[in-house]
Amino acid sequence: MHNWDFAATLGDIDFLLLGLWNTLQVFGLALVFGIPLGLAIALGRMSRIPVLSQLCSFVIEFFRTTPPLVQLFWFFFALPILISVQMTPFVASVLTFSIQSSAFFAEIFRGGINSIDKGQWEAAKAIGMTRPVCLRRIILPQAVKRMIPAFAERSIELLKTTTLISTVSYADLMFQANELASKTFRPLEVYTVVAVMYFFLILVFSQLTILLEHRLARSGEGTLR
Amino acid sequence: MTPAVEIRDLHKSFGDLHVLKGIDLDVQQGEAVVLLGSSGSGKSTLLRCINFMEEPNDGRIRINGDLIGAERGGKMVYRENELCKLRTRVGMVFQHFNLFPHMTVLENVMEGQVVVLGRSKAEARDKALAQLARVGLEEKAPEYPSRLSGGQKQRVAIARALAMDPEVMLFDEVTSALDPELVGEVLKTMRQLAEEGMTMVCVTHEIGFAYHVANKVCFLQDGQILEQGEPHKVLKTPETSRVRDFLDGHSLFKLPD
Amino acid sequence: MQHTWNFASVFAYWDVLLIGLWGTVYLFVLTCVIGLAGGLVVGMLRYSKNGWISYPARLYVEVFRNTPVLVQIIWFFFALPVVIGVEVSAFMAAFLGITLNTIAFSAEVFRGGIQSIEREQWEAGKAIGMSYAKTMRRIILPQALKRMLPPLTSRGIEVFKMSTLASVVAYPETLQQAKLIASYEYNPIEAYTVVAIMFFLVLLPMVQLTYLLERRFGKSD
Repeated sequence: MHNWDFAATLGDIDFLLLGLWNTLQVFGLALVFGIPLGLAIALGRMSRIPVLSQLCSFVIEFFRTTPPLVQLFWFFFALPILISVQMTPFVASVLTFSIQSSAFFAEIFRGGINSIDKGQWEAAKAIGMTRPVCLRRIILPQAVKRMIPAFAERSIELLKTTTLISTVSYADLMFQANELASKTFRPLEVYTVVAVMYFFLILVFSQLTILLEHRLARSGEGTLR
Repeated sequence: MTPAVEIRDLHKSFGDLHVLKGIDLDVQQGEAVVLLGSSGSGKSTLLRCINFMEEPNDGRIRINGDLIGAERGGKMVYRENELCKLRTRVGMVFQHFNLFPHMTVLENVMEGQVVVLGRSKAEARDKALAQLARVGLEEKAPEYPSRLSGGQKQRVAIARALAMDPEVMLFDEVTSALDPELVGEVLKTMRQLAEEGMTMVCVTHEIGFAYHVANKVCFLQDGQILEQGEPHKVLKTPETSRVRDFLDGHSLFKLPD
Repeated sequence: MQHTWNFASVFAYWDVLLIGLWGTVYLFVLTCVIGLAGGLVVGMLRYSKNGWISYPARLYVEVFRNTPVLVQIIWFFFALPVVIGVEVSAFMAAFLGITLNTIAFSAEVFRGGIQSIEREQWEAGKAIGMSYAKTMRRIILPQALKRMLPPLTSRGIEVFKMSTLASVVAYPETLQQAKLIASYEYNPIEAYTVVAIMFFLVLLPMVQLTYLLERRFGKSD
């Protein structure tokens, strides 16, 4: 029977917390870039210009069907040679996950926008609103509310996917765990602690979104689940 | 006097389906016109062409003398900007209300004034409250639409359209989605508007409303106007058997003798 | 600098890639089949009215849904041997991680699908004298399965992509093989582009299928 000993792991908890902070940086930036980009791609896909709409469809399908790890390798190992720039693990990670999640966010935006009753477009049009104004003032505020559960689900997927950046030597929580495990020869304790950390991080995040959903549901119409 | 709405030789097709086949119609200022006809006769399409929710394929529409669109090579072309501006001059009320559910009643009525007409919030609020008072719903201003009955929603929708100070109001089967006991309050509001001299075009199945309120009734059949005239003439002594059959079908309603 | 694309340097190793593709498919089929079957069982347990059954099932689902698959694979590869005192192969670690994760996700899909069926259907089954099990099998599941099809196919696509994670513990699947080629030939651009296109071509029909299913079996039916 194995003797559990967390002393070594917890003694170096700072090392893991640094990794957690680095994970959150990539996660946060990927959301900051990915959500607006996702909206843009969704609008492109719904546009009446066939070339633009097909291009956006292709981008969405491509990034949804290729594994994130392949994308990450491509951005880290291949892209720098193609455009001959230095690529840091951090930049490659943010780039990969912003674009990758934008493809998923685009589909969420499109679904949300399509879920709004056509009468809303008509009513806005009838009081003289242009399409962009209607989208901003009438459609998106309603659609975003309905999209929150899907957004949250996708963001949690993203958070879990960020563990991949450890494979390009970015010092995220997973990478720090690998380092610590080989340093302390205590993989069981290290990886268990890290699993628990991810578990609570994701739990907190999902609880926050549930809270947000309730808050928003109180004003006017609720979300559709 | 210039008619509020002047329609000449209006055509509209959806793909192969020729829905409107040359409509001529004048609506005088202060007049209430009711469009009747069975489903598929084109009455709703005609109404939706007046504020260009649907763009006609051919024909001319003038609103208080202003020709909408520009002629280019024998065809009318319409710019999005021009149409948006036109729609502020022609209000529309829908069958399913289409209130904005994420805004309060007051915000619903203010939205177009602020965002489209560029009025100040204070002015828009005063105006909105006045219009809500006009439809008898001032006290519902801070509520969300989901808390209103169907009839109240529809009156808010009317106030929302009125707040834009339209020259013409279009009503598209506005009582069809309501429970029978709620129809009356909406018709009463419309009647009051007509009496105040608002120019109105209504698509409705309420023949009683047409009889008592309208100045003119138009009966559409197959994308053309089959009969038009004063309500007591068209509804009491129709010239064609088609209109007679239609009115007989509405046996629930008895016109006073 | 203009890069000269040289795909021949990748296709020269087609047999290496083929081994990878086989590894991917093998892992995918096993994890998917066992994951779905396990998910059905856990989903039913989760639906049970007995707290001693439903609560552990719920705990299982939450733990595996709320931790990254990569952490699970690494845990099984490096940490589990410490507990059981036996080496865990790369395949076994990847298989365990992905399967247990798939069980948790599909359990939620099954539970959601069953819950989405109106209570009246249960009552109608009961009213004609059917037992709980019989109502479930004859009335509820056939309807629920239809609604579950779109989310389950999406999950299948995710599992297929997830198989690349096995490369982290050096299981020879497609990406791992491409890594090998890239390190022999110094052609990461071509190697990873080929892998990306391979996944795209395999999964695009699957994605189209989910769209079709969503339209056919979506919310309304």
